Amino acid sequence: MNKTIRVALVALLCVGAAACSKKQEVKPQPQPEPQPMTQPAPTSNKFTPADLDTDACLRQRVVYFDFDKDVIRPEFEQIMQCHAKYLQDRPMAAIRLEGHTDERGTREYNLGLGERRGNAVSNALQANGGSASQLSVISFGKEKPVCREHNEDCWAKNRRVEIIYTAK
Amino acid sequence: MKPMRKLSTSLALVLLVVAALIAGPAAAQSLNVDIVGGLKTATPIAVVPFAQAGGEPLATDVADVMRNDFNRSGKFRSLAKSEIVETPSKGADINFATWRLLKQDYMVVGRVIDAGGGSLRVEYELWDVNKQQSLLAQAFTAPVGDLRGVAHQIADQIYEKITGVRGAFWTRIAYITAVGLGNNTTYALIVADSDGYNPQVVARSRESLLSPAWSPDGRKIAYVSFESGNSAIYVQDITTGSRQLVSARSKGINGAPAWSPDGSKLALSLSYQGNPEIYVMDLASRQETRLTNNLAIDTEPRWTPDGQSIIFTSDRSGRPQLYQMPASGGGADRITFQGQFNANASISYDGKQIAMVQGNGNVYRIAIMDRSLGGQVRFISPGPIDETPSFAPNASMLLYAASEGRRGVLYAVSADGLVRQRLVLSDGDVREPAWGPYRER
Repeated sequence: MNKTIRVALVALLCVGAAACSKKQEVKPQPQPEPQPMTQPAPTSNKFTPADLDTDACLRQRVVYFDFDKDVIRPEFEQIMQCHAKYLQDRPMAAIRLEGHTDERGTREYNLGLGERRGNAVSNALQANGGSASQLSVISFGKEKPVCREHNEDCWAKNRRVEIIYTAK
Repeated sequence: MKPMRKLSTSLALVLLVVAALIAGPAAAQSLNVDIVGGLKTATPIAVVPFAQAGGEPLATDVADVMRNDFNRSGKFRSLAKSEIVETPSKGADINFATWRLLKQDYMVVGRVIDAGGGSLRVEYELWDVNKQQSLLAQAFTAPVGDLRGVAHQIADQIYEKITGVRGAFWTRIAYITAVGLGNNTTYALIVADSDGYNPQVVARSRESLLSPAWSPDGRKIAYVSFESGNSAIYVQDITTGSRQLVSARSKGINGAPAWSPDGSKLALSLSYQGNPEIYVMDLASRQETRLTNNLAIDTEPRWTPDGQSIIFTSDRSGRPQLYQMPASGGGADRITFQGQFNANASISYDGKQIAMVQGNGNVYRIAIMDRSLGGQVRFISPGPIDETPSFAPNASMLLYAASEGRRGVLYAVSADGLVRQRLVLSDGDVREPAWGPYRER
């Protein structure tokens, strides 16, 4: 009796386990579904000109600098990567890097400083896969400020390199 | 006696400022005299209104132009027109007791005579009030339209007679204006009299203009224009308007032109080889010689008056400082050590003084380094964003650019920094002043 009960119980457990394992076999199927959403298929991940208007990274076209510095801050590394990737994906694309400074310092020295910033962005884009032939640098020094107040908020906005696509 | 003198002195100063303020907004080109310090060393001089014999009333008050010249120089303190109670026009008519009572050391009397054919004859006499002695008696004949020029030349002769230094009132200045905002901004290179009058447009551009530099003969101006997209250096004849493209490399900066004292060469800052370096271009052959070679920014070259050296701005030691090297190239020595930032030198005619922009923290002021005093530096402007110092050819005054709110303005300042005058030149943004050389009659 005890044996039969035991067998029956085991059988029941097995049925339950089977039922469970069947459900589990169905469940794994939805799991791979979210994966393709986060990881784009390796075959179709090249940028297109439309991405310049829609991609959150490519839409960022201004790199800001510290006073009298041409070092690219860590927060702009991602921008360097996506624009460099665009240049790689689109060999006919071209970028003009326009270097700017704040109002402090003389006009000619600031032309030099703006150029240095433009070169820093050009070098970063090349280090990330862009080609030198796709990149040109022009410095406007302090000639084209976006902000005209005499304070740090304004100066920070003016110390910049603008990434201008001359060919997409 | 002493308090009386002090009172009349301060009264004269107040009247001077008030008169300038009243005259201020009336005309677009009017001038404000801003006296920033004591004028104990300034010499009192009375310029009596010039008598006019015949002809129509003149647009130019010769005595007024001269008074402004003297006051701007810081060397003289001219008696306000309102305090001039007697108006002799000849030495024989001067009542010296009156002018001694007014504490005047010198006085000028004169008259303007119609010389026919649209010309005027301007006669003047300079008198020493205490000695009752005639120091100068001269005459100029000039077209009616050049009366301001005549007034400046008279002021120059008087300045030289009394100070022993050649006057520089009859000179011209160049500067850049920017009118409008953003993409609608238009830029102009302007040439005007040293007091800001008679502005003439030499060049216009939809893109930025900067760094005007006078040729030593005063006939041409080299400047930088972004009109073609990138910076390019032009040389323009200010009389004929004809211009030559001197440097327009598509890669890098074409900037900071400076004439050699003999006018045969231009020093430039070019970055087509990677970063800004100093070059010298022979204007006849267009041959370029590179003078500097390092990874720093080397720019703003200026020739010393003997043509043997070039002083320039470099950040090879970190922040920008002034360096000096032979004009033929070779090693450069740092010459500024006081201040975090020193740039854009202007060298006095005798090479003894170097004016520069000195930045400490967020304050940028015009400083003058006296090389005969072991590099001692004095400030002649208050900041906080002052730039582009330019010595007058006699080094008695300088021009510089300053910011007032969102616009740029020019100041003329005496070399001792005690008298400062804002030149109200234009409604727009005014910058990049360059004081021209002496003119030859």
